[in-house]
Amino acid sequence: MSYVIRRLRAFPLVLIGVSIIVFIAIRLVPGDSITAMLGTEAGLLTPQQRDSLAVYFGIDQPWPVQYWRWFTGLFSGDLGISVTYGKPVLSVILERFPLTLELALLAMLIALSIGVPAGVFAATRNERPADLGVRIAAMIGQSTPSFVVGLVIIYILSAGFGVLPTMGAFTPFWQDPLQNLGQMILPAITLGCAFASSVTRVTRSAMLDVLSDDYVRTARSKGASERSVIWRHALPNALVPVVTLSGIEFGYLLGGAVIVEQIYALPGLGRMVLEAILQRDYALVQGAVLFIALNFMIVNLLVDLAYAALDPRIRLEGR
Amino acid sequence: MRVVKAILSHPSGRIGGVIVLVYLLVALLGAVGLTPHDPLMQYRIDRLHAPTSSYWMGTDLFGRDVMSRLMKGIGQSFTVAFFSVALATLAGTVLGLTAAWFGGRWDTVMMRFMDVLLAFPAILLALLIVTIVGPGTWTSVAAISIVYTPIFTRVVRGPALSLKARDFVDAARTFGSSRSYILTRHLLLNLVAPLTVQVTLALAWALLTEAGLSFLGLGTQPPASSLGLMLSDARNLMEQAPWLLAFPAVAIMLSILGFNLLGDALRDILDPKTRRA
Repeated sequence: MSYVIRRLRAFPLVLIGVSIIVFIAIRLVPGDSITAMLGTEAGLLTPQQRDSLAVYFGIDQPWPVQYWRWFTGLFSGDLGISVTYGKPVLSVILERFPLTLELALLAMLIALSIGVPAGVFAATRNERPADLGVRIAAMIGQSTPSFVVGLVIIYILSAGFGVLPTMGAFTPFWQDPLQNLGQMILPAITLGCAFASSVTRVTRSAMLDVLSDDYVRTARSKGASERSVIWRHALPNALVPVVTLSGIEFGYLLGGAVIVEQIYALPGLGRMVLEAILQRDYALVQGAVLFIALNFMIVNLLVDLAYAALDPRIRLEGR
Repeated sequence: MRVVKAILSHPSGRIGGVIVLVYLLVALLGAVGLTPHDPLMQYRIDRLHAPTSSYWMGTDLFGRDVMSRLMKGIGQSFTVAFFSVALATLAGTVLGLTAAWFGGRWDTVMMRFMDVLLAFPAILLALLIVTIVGPGTWTSVAAISIVYTPIFTRVVRGPALSLKARDFVDAARTFGSSRSYILTRHLLLNLVAPLTVQVTLALAWALLTEAGLSFLGLGTQPPASSLGLMLSDARNLMEQAPWLLAFPAVAIMLSILGFNLLGDALRDILDPKTRRA
């Protein structure tokens, strides 16, 4: 179990590191945050007003003190106030997060339900035309940026069918699941396309490895049907690398949502980060980046732990 | 020479190699300014002109020649990709080699720091860097190279650790070879194969990231052209002028495809252990 303990022990250290980087990064931005917040109106402040604002936001203190205040504030959910929204950063993030999470989960669902069968299909027809076809498609899918997929989908819809994907008013899942899925399906396909390709490639190569294993030969020789050999004996083992890949990719899906949300004008976390950057809402950028990185880390930790549970070699092997 | 022959006899190596070569040529022509028209010249009469014999890929909203802008944009995208991957390779190799060689506290601190960088999704880390420095070409280079440095550090450190424990390194030490000689001759030379594969694949990712940043308006700034920026400009015009979407889209896809194919081929050739995926 030493592997699990080591991973768990590293987690808070990495989290502290991440928070320090985010903290310092935001403070390296040229100009002080009061000017950034008030824009040209900052020029109208008297020195006294400026000082009292600095005291109010705590930026009169040295960096280590500021960091300590901010970091300890994190534990009570205090990420500061967003200037653009005039609300606590955490509440802005939590408003936007469900959409991005749903988008990433849908994209993952689409990718797995296309990628795994396609990978198995290709592996069982190794080096035959069907295999080659799947591999070429996967290679092209992996090389196509999500914004190209998105723009092409929008173009086909608007030029071919004269419709535009619903933009603007967004319906949350719990209000009207059908309408929500109707709005989310195209963005999810857009985001999941490249991921489906990598799932296909990894499933195919893992299946090929497993299919040449002794136990598969044993299963065949004792008369198991080809179908049972592939789906019952081989696939569960071949899925181990797919699980790892899914975990790693999930973090990228959260990050990649920036572009897809921008194309489809979805009010998610990714688009919010982008807007916050353009509007120089530093508290919001800082909080959102930390939030996404934390999610990414938690998913990676869970994947590592799941991996250790699935594969005893990882657990027992030393560093 | 042996590697070149192997690439040519590998199906995806052949296709990837040809694509990459063609792009390098186009990028070079674009970078030195040998384009059919001036990429910044606005031919106002010919605004949004469909492809013709004088504008092979049509013109954009300002009457600028799409093909010239595309060539210039490919030059731009490749410059960013090459510089950022070169920086990441250099930094990653130095950090990975020294981490493996000195071990101890330096290794621990370095690798923990790399873990921290890896805890950020790539595009987000890039966005954070762009926030600090402001958008632009060299910001993209810095952002992409910082994103990829931890990956190169890991790629180098792992094999370097196992090489360090091999007999021939011990032998070299007994003969009195200097530390720098061992590091460069015995460790680095043996790492060329895995590094080559990683560099090729990283170039594909760097092109993708650069295009993404430019698409979001945080990379190359107008009026200069880059593939991502051209696509972003095409967004509102693609129904009237589908060529504005089609050519940059295909150009981005093919460039990434080329490096991916070449990287796959190199992995098959240089690393016999991994199976073709």
